[in-house]
Amino acid sequence: MNEALRNANRRLTIKLLLLVAAATGFAFALVPFYDLLCKVTGLNGKTGGAVQIAQASQADTARWVTVEFTSTVMPGMSWEFRPVQTRMRVHPGEITRISYLARNPTNQALAGQAVPSVSPGWAAQHFNKIECFCFQRQVLQPGEVKEMPLVFQVSPELPAEVQEISLSYALFPVSG
Amino acid sequence: MTQAITAVAHDQHEHPPAGIMRWLTTTNHKDLGILYMSFGAIMFFIGGVLIMAVRAELLFPGLQLLSPGMYNQLFTLHALIMVFGAIMPFATGLNNYLIPLMIGAPDMALPRVNNWGFWILPFAALLLLIPFFLQFSGIGSGASGLGWVMHNTSLDLQGGIGVDFAIFAIHLLGLSSISGAINVVVTVLNMRAPGMALMKMPLFVWAWLITAFMLILAMPVFSAAATMLLTDRHFGTHFFDAANGGDPILLQHLIWFFGHPEVYIVLLPVWGLIPHILATFSRKPVYGYRAQVYALWAICFLSFIVWSHHMLTSGLPLAAEVYFMYSTMAISIPTSVLVFCWLGAIWRGAMTFETPMLFALGFVAHFGMGALTGLILPDVAVNAQYHNSYVIVSHFHYTFFGGGIFGMLAALYYWLPKFTGRMFDEKLGRLHFWLTVISFNMTFIPQWFAGLDGMPRHIADYALRFSTMNFISSVGAFLLGLSQLLLVYIVFKCVRSGPKATGQVWEGAQGLEFTLPSPPPYHTFETPPAVK
Ligand code: HEM
Ligand SMILES: [Cu+2]
Repeated sequence: MNEALRNANRRLTIKLLLLVAAATGFAFALVPFYDLLCKVTGLNGKTGGAVQIAQASQADTARWVTVEFTSTVMPGMSWEFRPVQTRMRVHPGEITRISYLARNPTNQALAGQAVPSVSPGWAAQHFNKIECFCFQRQVLQPGEVKEMPLVFQVSPELPAEVQEISLSYALFPVSG
Repeated sequence: MTQAITAVAHDQHEHPPAGIMRWLTTTNHKDLGILYMSFGAIMFFIGGVLIMAVRAELLFPGLQLLSPGMYNQLFTLHALIMVFGAIMPFATGLNNYLIPLMIGAPDMALPRVNNWGFWILPFAALLLLIPFFLQFSGIGSGASGLGWVMHNTSLDLQGGIGVDFAIFAIHLLGLSSISGAINVVVTVLNMRAPGMALMKMPLFVWAWLITAFMLILAMPVFSAAATMLLTDRHFGTHFFDAANGGDPILLQHLIWFFGHPEVYIVLLPVWGLIPHILATFSRKPVYGYRAQVYALWAICFLSFIVWSHHMLTSGLPLAAEVYFMYSTMAISIPTSVLVFCWLGAIWRGAMTFETPMLFALGFVAHFGMGALTGLILPDVAVNAQYHNSYVIVSHFHYTFFGGGIFGMLAALYYWLPKFTGRMFDEKLGRLHFWLTVISFNMTFIPQWFAGLDGMPRHIADYALRFSTMNFISSVGAFLLGLSQLLLVYIVFKCVRSGPKATGQVWEGAQGLEFTLPSPPPYHTFETPPAVK
């Protein structure tokens, strides 16, 4: 192989290595991009964090939306966990409070994290949580029963065709 | 005197070091090609033995031989070994041996990288297999059972050391295939003989050039996803851990962003070599050369934007489902262009049916069935029923085995006389073909029916109504496994006592590699050939 060809090969190899690096960077960049996409579009039914809402005055009393509440206890978690009420009717704009009940039947303190998901997914961005037990991990002492509050508002911007929203919490065990 | 000295020097140049050192240190593209292909063949048999155990378990309903955990390990290892250990290295072996000959280059552009790329592979295979054997001496909980895409069974971040071993194996395999891909691109772009314009390159070279770009873009995503899984498991990150704000669906997106291009990475080299074989035995020039080159590029591009057709039941918004449905179906347009070019290649040709031609035609038929069923699967409504059923298993075996393996067997029989300088036993070759066709279909046709009837995949036991189909499928699988032993015999017989092959080998064969004697000398095209 002559010198010129060897150099040309080396230059092309370096360019291709840069392409490999770019592809790797792209893969890692997908993580924040995916989160952002989910937040903006409500893809996956992801809801945002705490929302400040000044007044409930604009409640649209002409319209009703049914909100359903469900819960799933993930494998490895031994709490009992359920909503106190499984469905309710609310007006868009109205601020509502309900709660979930959790009980730790074991003889050791356990921590859990509830992960919310809203369906249909495109309603997620219109489901505002003002206060939620899912914002922090919860710790229950042995035998403890806890009523955990959720304060939410369905935004008046909710598309008219959505008449029912389901809110589901998956409860995961967290160690430490 | 001077003459004698140059003769000696020349001799040393001509002959590789003898014995084992030749194979360990070789940077010669033909030696490495043989090594890669042999490694792929060995892995093919290991992967085959693993799945025989799975089929034995499925012979009858109920659990007879394996625990569900062991069952998961076996099909996971089978898939990883077949895709990354058998098919991909075999395709790399073919490119190593053939690309320099086809473009008139003296060797691959980066011979030393080539050597490293190969010798990484046995270690990667060991990493995959070690935890499997360790469990029998009570160490660890066995190999990974997560499926070849690391989430096929319930995602268990706590899975044992097997998962970590698999992740490291994936890193090594990624390193090996990326280095191989870089080598292909540099060789093809920089080392072609004068006159070998890009649009004159044989289709196998084109297909591999495109495959190499796909590897370079897709493989790092797989490695990155595996790395994230590793750090989630051991270093406190939460990429995929929902309890801590991560998202398990993200793992699926990352894996399938790689996974769908990967199925074309497996198949493109085969699509490249089939036209060579069809043209030879139809005694016609390659049909639709330009159309095929453009179709290959189109498939390369499309394969990167359709990945979520593997996730249609994961709760995507409707708009996304519809998008992924139509974009996936769009792939069948360039794919059909290829299929029609293959049919055009044999149309009114003076066909003869030697073993390579039989396997090439078998490829066209079986791949056609795989692709047609693929066209049904992305239908959003239909997918809800077929996803994770045996329909999927059958679909991808028609593409991977009916397409990939049939194509590679065609290539092996086609170029074997070139590699070894000897002809194989044509009668036995044909027998091998027919046994493979019959047992392959006997294995996988029943899986359609079981899948349509609702049999889920990845489960060691099944409902009684699937018994007949599974029994037939298992018997077919054992026959399929046994028939492949015939291949070993044919290759050994060819190497040891086959009649001498000519340089041309096949009457209608074209291409630079057939202008050389069989086997070609250790060094070829040190001065570039003239390309018309
Ligand atoms: C016209 C072309 C094709 C189309 C439209 C297509 C479509 C699909 C779809 C929609 C699925 C997902 C089904 C599900 O899990 O619910 C699938 C699975 C699969 N396809 Fe294809 N496919 C095509 C060609 C191929 C080819 C050429 C290969 C391989 C060389 C292939 C290999 C696979 C594999 C391995 C899976 C299963 C992956 C897994 O879940 O483990 N497909 N295909
Ligand atoms: Cu796919």
